[in-house]
Amino acid sequence: MQLPAGGEGQLVMVRDDLDQLLDAIAHRGFRLIGPTARDGAIVYDEISCSADLPAGWTDDQDGGTYRLRRRGDDALFGYNVGPQSWKRYLFPPSSLLSRVRSDDGLAFAAADEQQAAPLAFIGVRSCELHAIAIQDRVFLGGRHPDPVYADRREGAFIVAVNCGQAGGTCFCVSMQTGPRAQSGFDLALTELLDADRHEFLVEIGTARGADVMSEVACRTAQPTDVATAGQIIERTAESMGRHMDTGGIKDLLYANFEHPRWDEVAGRCLACGNCTMACPTCFCFSVENVSDLTGTQAELHRSWDSCFTMDHSYLHGGAVRVSNRSRYRQWMTHKLATWIDQFGTSGCVGCGRCITWCPVGIDITEEAAAIRADDGAVAGGPGAVTSAEPGAPHSQKGQAGDA
Amino acid sequence: MTLEPLLREHPFLTSLEPQYLALLAGCATNVRFGEGSFLFREGEPADRCFLIREGKVALEIAAAGRGPIIVQTLAAGDVTGFSWLLEPHQWQFDGRAIEPVHAIALGGACLRGKCADDPRLGFELTQLFARLAIQRLQATRLQLLDVYGNAHASAV
Amino acid sequence: MHPLSEPSAASPWTEPASWRVTATRRESDDTVTLELEPPAGQVFAFRAGQFNMLGAFGTGEVPISISGDPATGGPVLHTIRDVGMATHALCSLEPGDRVGVRGPYGTCWPLEQAEGADVVVIAGGIGLPPVRPAVYHLLAHRDRYRRVVLLYGARTPADLLFTGELTRWRSRFDLDVQVTVDTAAGGWRGDVGVVPDLIATARFDPATATAFMVGPEIMMRFTIRALQTAGVPDDRIFLSMERNMQCAVAMCGHCQLGPFLMCRDGPVFCHRRLAPWLNLREA
Repeated sequence: MQLPAGGEGQLVMVRDDLDQLLDAIAHRGFRLIGPTARDGAIVYDEISCSADLPAGWTDDQDGGTYRLRRRGDDALFGYNVGPQSWKRYLFPPSSLLSRVRSDDGLAFAAADEQQAAPLAFIGVRSCELHAIAIQDRVFLGGRHPDPVYADRREGAFIVAVNCGQAGGTCFCVSMQTGPRAQSGFDLALTELLDADRHEFLVEIGTARGADVMSEVACRTAQPTDVATAGQIIERTAESMGRHMDTGGIKDLLYANFEHPRWDEVAGRCLACGNCTMACPTCFCFSVENVSDLTGTQAELHRSWDSCFTMDHSYLHGGAVRVSNRSRYRQWMTHKLATWIDQFGTSGCVGCGRCITWCPVGIDITEEAAAIRADDGAVAGGPGAVTSAEPGAPHSQKGQAGDA
Repeated sequence: MTLEPLLREHPFLTSLEPQYLALLAGCATNVRFGEGSFLFREGEPADRCFLIREGKVALEIAAAGRGPIIVQTLAAGDVTGFSWLLEPHQWQFDGRAIEPVHAIALGGACLRGKCADDPRLGFELTQLFARLAIQRLQATRLQLLDVYGNAHASAV
Repeated sequence: MHPLSEPSAASPWTEPASWRVTATRRESDDTVTLELEPPAGQVFAFRAGQFNMLGAFGTGEVPISISGDPATGGPVLHTIRDVGMATHALCSLEPGDRVGVRGPYGTCWPLEQAEGADVVVIAGGIGLPPVRPAVYHLLAHRDRYRRVVLLYGARTPADLLFTGELTRWRSRFDLDVQVTVDTAAGGWRGDVGVVPDLIATARFDPATATAFMVGPEIMMRFTIRALQTAGVPDDRIFLSMERNMQCAVAMCGHCQLGPFLMCRDGPVFCHRRLAPWLNLREA
């Protein structure tokens, strides 16, 4: 939580000079994407100046609840995260992957849909930086990096923002993904707003970030500036809306595949998939082959998919995961447990979107806590077979059973 | 000449104690069936069971318009059934030699008599045939699941 | 020469190359083997157990096990069962037609690890094609293995695949082939019964043998039990699994089974690793 005490290399910029920063980035050819207030929510969209930002707004979030509310001040970043995440830009909901021609043999060509201009993300929260890093592992970390993601990701300019308040469904502290932005940014801002001033503490993350700041009016940060920013972040950390105990959570979920809680949540879950759409790390996609009427050209399209759909686990004849119960279990155990085995990190960054945007307010932290509180319970009662392998899912623990 | 040595070497009876093998030998006869001939027919009294030593037996059932269908084949080391053990002592299938068969036939009434005289023998034999029945049941269930069936006919 | 033995780091979406169908062979009512030739100048190599993504024009791609001999050059064999739109399109291809191919992907049968002891190859139904490359390898390096047993089951005699080859294999003295079907019309002189029941009478040393198995999941679970009863340890039982596969490059999320991404961590798995997930319902 401590910023470098002497504020080495850190700068302070007054609020109005934020436009100089945005201009400096735009002049380098970037397309600015930042938070805007629209349709009653904070959504990431193209911006051109600080006037486009949702000044003076905050959000009230809880299970299945999201409301924008006027603040008493003009803070530019006085809210948390909205229904979308930056994945909307790095991993678009729908994209053309390639074209196939069949008039002379089969010829495959990349979609000529390159990025119009490189992207600059303005106002990326720490949880979102971690989410981007998690998706980097999925899309770039394997043997076959995805060119669509790579094209958008490489060179993306990132201006992070340290949260000045915690949201009602936030739990980044539990997931160790915030609230302070640690890395993965070109610049990181902390909004310093009180009766006397409206400034930003600016932390330089890269040479490119320093280069941009050279065109912005600013002063060297004083220890008091740094201390103030530190206190703001500390206060944010102490006011998280939710908490999740992540100790041994992978083994906990592996050991409770037949826990009665899954039946309980299945009774509430609509399998609508909102959580997967809002989640900044969910990456499932489906590939669709569409041919034209002449039958000589086909296109390969990719679009977001969700493990909540009936088709997701389709295997000639039927789906593997048919019940609501199995699909909710798949989503949650993937997010918190099997993701760790698949990609080396948790899939959850504690942003709370799945809680806020669930129409029935299912709370992943509450579900995890319920299973933990009743570790080893089995739906339908005892008598199931135990597997003694550590890290293996089994139905019952600690009971004298025979295989 | 007793058939005890032949009984002793048959895999189905390996766990049976020597004194019981001697008792069973009293019910045993050596039999042969030519290729294509029937060991037993559906509906006939099941008055014996066969320990197959050589050859192959098909358990078949036929219906008008369907021809004979083989539900299981048995080879050296196998036993044909347990219909001798329980009422109504009636064969449920046809048993046909599809290769020349050498077998030991154990008389049903003789076996049942010896089991009545020696309940311990009865217990041992019932255990052996119960295990056989379970194995057949599991196999039948697996066949019933039609696991190789096409996408519409089967679950997996 | 552009070797395609390792899937390149190029985009999976434009990587498919246009291969030509050189021959087709109907193996049964619903199963066809396609012989495919890569583009001129490209050499393709694969390991037994791996699969390619095949896509006839205008239909989706499907994962198809490579069913030929990894050691020989020439056209690459893929055996396909017609179960849906994409496989139907593939099964309808004629020599001269083109098909998009990318791969090979996935894990392979641990043939080196199995050397020096008996090998039991168990296949059910459409499971024989994915394991046939392993059989070719075992036969080509016969002296590196002890007893080699092939147990194969299908629904009916008409559903048996590669019958010509099975007949040739049966006539070898160094390969023990047992074939069974679930049901047959009278006149069938082979065995009728289930594959797991073949384990008890198969001749191999369970303490040291390695088993390679492919078939419907239910059949595999019963067969695994039979192998365990016979005394084969879990870490020497290998099975090839199947799940919904769309990208084959560990990115689309469809082929997950618990912690495993089947296109990357499979399709060949060691039973010891997979066991906790195999018996879970709707995992």
